[in-house]
Amino acid sequence: MIPELGHFALILALCVALVQGTLPLFGAARGDARLMALAPTAALTQAFLVILAFLALMQAYVASDFSVANVVANSHSAKPLLYKITGVWGNHEGSMLLWALILSIFGAAVAIFGAELPDSLRSRVLAIQALIGVGFLAFILFTSNPFARLAPAPPDGNGLNPLLQDPGLAFHPPLLYLGYVGFSVTYAFAIAALLEGRVDAAWARWVRPWTLAAWCFLTLGIALGSWWAYYILGWGGFWFWDPVENASLMPWLAGTALLHSAIVVEKRDALKSWTVLLAILAFSLSLLGTFLVRSGVLTSVHAFAQDPARGLYILCFLLAVTGGGLTLYALRAPGLQPGGLFQPLSREGALILNNLLLCTLAATVLLGTLYPLFLDLLTGNKVSVGPPFFNATFVPICLALFAALCVGPFLGWKRAELWPALAHLRIAFAVAVVAALVAAFAIDQSSTLAAVAFGFGVWLIVGTLAELATRLRLGRLPLRESLRRLRNTPRASIGMTISHAALGFVVLGAVATGAWHAELIRTLKPGETVSFAGYDVTLQRVDNVQGANYVAERATLAVTRGGKPFTTLLPERRLFVVQRRQVAETAIQTNLLRDFYATLGEGDANTGWTIRLYDNPLAPWIWLGAALCALGGFVSLSDRRLRIGAPTRRRTVQAAE
Amino acid sequence: MWARSQCIALLLLCALPALAVEPTEMLKDPALEARARQIGQALRCVVCQNQSIDDSQAEVAHDMRRAVRERLQAGDSDDQVFAYMVARYGDYVLLKPPFKARTLVLWLGAPALLLIAGVALLFAARRRRTATVAPPPLNEEERVRLSVILGDQWDFHPERSEGACGKQERSLGLRPRDDS
Repeated sequence: MIPELGHFALILALCVALVQGTLPLFGAARGDARLMALAPTAALTQAFLVILAFLALMQAYVASDFSVANVVANSHSAKPLLYKITGVWGNHEGSMLLWALILSIFGAAVAIFGAELPDSLRSRVLAIQALIGVGFLAFILFTSNPFARLAPAPPDGNGLNPLLQDPGLAFHPPLLYLGYVGFSVTYAFAIAALLEGRVDAAWARWVRPWTLAAWCFLTLGIALGSWWAYYILGWGGFWFWDPVENASLMPWLAGTALLHSAIVVEKRDALKSWTVLLAILAFSLSLLGTFLVRSGVLTSVHAFAQDPARGLYILCFLLAVTGGGLTLYALRAPGLQPGGLFQPLSREGALILNNLLLCTLAATVLLGTLYPLFLDLLTGNKVSVGPPFFNATFVPICLALFAALCVGPFLGWKRAELWPALAHLRIAFAVAVVAALVAAFAIDQSSTLAAVAFGFGVWLIVGTLAELATRLRLGRLPLRESLRRLRNTPRASIGMTISHAALGFVVLGAVATGAWHAELIRTLKPGETVSFAGYDVTLQRVDNVQGANYVAERATLAVTRGGKPFTTLLPERRLFVVQRRQVAETAIQTNLLRDFYATLGEGDANTGWTIRLYDNPLAPWIWLGAALCALGGFVSLSDRRLRIGAPTRRRTVQAAE
Repeated sequence: MWARSQCIALLLLCALPALAVEPTEMLKDPALEARARQIGQALRCVVCQNQSIDDSQAEVAHDMRRAVRERLQAGDSDDQVFAYMVARYGDYVLLKPPFKARTLVLWLGAPALLLIAGVALLFAARRRRTATVAPPPLNEEERVRLSVILGDQWDFHPERSEGACGKQERSLGLRPRDDS
């Protein structure tokens, strides 16, 4: 009964979305206030219905209702409750429903917080949101119904992919989708602006918080995914340039560019047409990412053709959103009023450089990800594009971006001088060069690139702090005065400082772990000791343990340093009984400066067990840095100018007086 | 329970992940082994989805790792090992595709985009600058219209602007009409 209710709610949601996607558009075109007033109500109704449908599916999972085909395929009665819940989005149908859920909640949020928007703009934004919603809801209902029943119901389910039964991956999809779908709001604003024929600072003030929020969630989502890969896949890597990872990196890069160009629109009324284009591209790449992962096209071009209905629908929808958006852009963008003028050497110019480089990075990833597919499809030739390709193409552009990143904030709007900005950065430059030299000669003499990249990481941190110090006139004014200035610094600037410096930490972590990790692969019998990276590691014993829905071998590794006990690591190799799949459970001892990392491989008491040990310097900085980067975004989001509703309050106070 | 699952594990051995590089297949010489690892990271496991043979747990990857180590022990240089693997498996085995006609767009696409966008931006900036720095001079008709707008108090004589008028008027090329 409940699954049918959910199904019915989803059908109703589609109907509401159809109404919301059409009538307010007519209303906005004709200036009909009644039709426009429909949009917010419809958005709230749609959100309510999709939430209902989602809860219905969740209920089926929690109650292990094995008459629902989706639950049978992806759940099991012996699974822990957490993974019963997260299993809802651990599969194709459920994850599409999660997409639709977040989309409709964002729509409702625009309806609630957008009361200050001009009526025509708000109804157009909500209508575009609803049209995207129609695309997703129809996709779910016609090709991927999560509520389909199975008769007779089997006694138990097939269980969830063991790799997904992990807290890291449980929350990875929702965060990622919050990011992807957040860009749908920016897309809707861009299309609405093109329909209105007007982009101004007020528009940018609306777009920026949504972009920022989406970007923060996407950052967290990607970081969580990378962290998960690091500790679950068991060979110490954190980024594999896998198409699935690339799919989420592309919208992040485009979103980062959008974040910066929207600043120019807001502050200087320039780059309007470009910002609108970026908003369209960022969401298109989000959709591309979702569908690359969901359509199976990545496994092979041929897997895509195995389910033609889904694949074709996805392709058509992608074409409609991207093609439609770009066509409208081509028609309407030339009519947008060009904004403020500026010299090439200025804050605006620096932000254009930022956009140029970020877009090139996105293009690099896009080409690297899709080229093998297209080449196979068009010519039948097969090429592989892997980490060595991206190291050769992506990293140099990144370094150029990092070099410019610290200079940009020193440049003034409209026109600026380069030398004064560079003079502020001479200490940062000196520190970075020293760091690179130390890395090149003291740490590792084999990799020059790693040393240079390490220097860039230090440059990012010190250069960003130098900007803050200059802003506060630290050391030139009394400390108390500098602190007062810090308090008065807008949160948006503080957020920028945090995020830029955080990027430096990510770079340092990535370089140090990637280039300077130590590794040992050895077969050990119980009682044997091996020395590694200054530690002595003893395999004390290997036990069989019983988990909730798995059995495991658990090794006890005693780690000592100079005879003193350092830690005990308990890596496991789990066999999930239902799926008959093994998953390595790594043991990591971290002190935030380095990770001591151990995995347990195959073996038995006679031959011994294969143990892998890693010493990963600065590894935790990668994810702490990414989290800090997102935190910077949230701090910026809390800026008074961007706080949704802040102008309203002031106005009501004035009205009351 | 455990015994049974181990039986299952044995039955499904090919489907189960062993750790990628096994101690049994590693070379005694650490320098040679380090080179083998480096090479392995740049070679694709031909049956996997975007995994290097160094990371992969597939049987084929195991064989490929062994082949790389055999070539290295036979005294091959890194390039010779790559050439050997390409001869056996084709360009597909290289995770960094070679620079060839069919990978031209892959390698040069993004830099070309950067170059085109950069040049376009420079031209746009130059056009804008010339547009802003030197606005075209007023023609006769505009001059007349301006004097009408400004009323009879001001007359526009840029060529005579060096007169004894105030600084501001001079800079604008405007001076009080000389009625006398």
